[in-house]
Amino acid sequence: MVFRFDSMARATYALLLALLCVGVDVLLLGLDYLGVVVVLMMTIEMALMAAFMVMFMMNPAGLAPMSMTHNRRGAALLSAVVFVALAAGALLTPWPSRRGDVPPDPTRQLGRSLMGGQMLTMMVLGLALFATIVASVVLATRRGRYDRFGDDLRGRPAEPAARGGLPR
Amino acid sequence: MAEAAPLWAAVVLPFALAAAACCAASVDALLAASARCGPARGARDAVSRAATPLRATVRLFARRPRRTTAADTALTRLGAAVVPVAAVLACAVLPWGFTSVTDPTVGVVWFNAMEALAWAGVWLVGWGPNSTLSMIGGYRFLAQGLAYELPHMFALTTAALGAESLRVGDVVAAQSGLWFVVWMPVAFVVYLLSALGMSFWGPFGHPLGRDIASGVAVELGGVDRLLLLGGRWMLLVTTAGFSVPLFLGGGHGPLLPAWAWTLLKTGAVLALLVTARRVLPTARMDRYLEPAWMVLIPLTLAQALFVAVAVLDR
Repeated sequence: MVFRFDSMARATYALLLALLCVGVDVLLLGLDYLGVVVVLMMTIEMALMAAFMVMFMMNPAGLAPMSMTHNRRGAALLSAVVFVALAAGALLTPWPSRRGDVPPDPTRQLGRSLMGGQMLTMMVLGLALFATIVASVVLATRRGRYDRFGDDLRGRPAEPAARGGLPR
Repeated sequence: MAEAAPLWAAVVLPFALAAAACCAASVDALLAASARCGPARGARDAVSRAATPLRATVRLFARRPRRTTAADTALTRLGAAVVPVAAVLACAVLPWGFTSVTDPTVGVVWFNAMEALAWAGVWLVGWGPNSTLSMIGGYRFLAQGLAYELPHMFALTTAALGAESLRVGDVVAAQSGLWFVVWMPVAFVVYLLSALGMSFWGPFGHPLGRDIASGVAVELGGVDRLLLLGGRWMLLVTTAGFSVPLFLGGGHGPLLPAWAWTLLKTGAVLALLVTARRVLPTARMDRYLEPAWMVLIPLTLAQALFVAVAVLDR
């Protein structure tokens, strides 16, 4: 996509389109919940990603023209070869026929087979990761108490550096 | 579980939603005209006032779209078109009485995913025309989404938790005795707030604020503008309508048939939202973000905890 589009917004939303297709793929596998969650999370994520990409890549829709396209011919050739290889693989593979019945809740089955006995470990790990994210944001934020009150935390400046919506 | 509607319902759905959006816009136009130049003089005047949105629609069809320098027209068009499409797709899981076009096992998540699509669409509309004011509007909407989306998700989760199912039909069925609004009032209020946020008008109209010459919509003309502004009304009707199966018992009610109850409740919520937009001032996002994260999220989490304990205890 980067070889085709010279706009961060276009590239991001093309990526979103690809991810929505993945969500539909998952839906077609019968994993309803996962498919819809992929659509939901990827939409939000790509909308935010577009904002961040634009911030860092400085290409505000033509305000600062800049081409990100390079090696067009090679990229086109490469992607065509990859597509043909994947499509040929999908068509030529002798797919096995289904054994057994569809479980009543495929999402639960998938979760069990992926996690198995490690469910508790993963949940603890998830909590730890979340705590890490919160802690690093708290440490990195410019809205911390040192920024609002200065070095002397006992003194309260009349006009805090960063104002929020809540009275303090 | 809701009954599946016949196939023609899927064809009728977009038109029905557009008609409902038009009704809501008419009521709003009536209120606006009454506020501006006093009560209507006779029935003809009232009808003429109520037809303002229809006249505006016809005018927009006749008007040429605007062109700006170095605009990303494809993205703008896509964004404007996504808003009504997302509203219609979200409406597909909305039960009319006890019948809905489709009732997937994950209807509540589907509804939320479609709202997120509309969110992305509005940013695209702000971005596409290569205009400062519309871009500011788009970024405002993104910031606004960050403020209301999480409390909104927790409110949806709370209703699903109460029914122990993500299927909208099951959520309605779980309210045959007691409506969820009675024991999840916080989730209901937060849901109403985010319904306003999703249709980006009234207190959450900052992305289309007057201070930036109606922001996101500033460079839109013709059908593009109609899609965005009409889609906004459709989103409002959809989100108002969805509060009925989530919190207000869906088609449950004495005496009247189920469809009449759905209609009555949706109308009541819609009237509340339209009034709220006329009464409440615009909330600035830099001011709203902090209360949303520091007050609304803990409140909705506490509400979800309460419901979870009640459900476990059942």
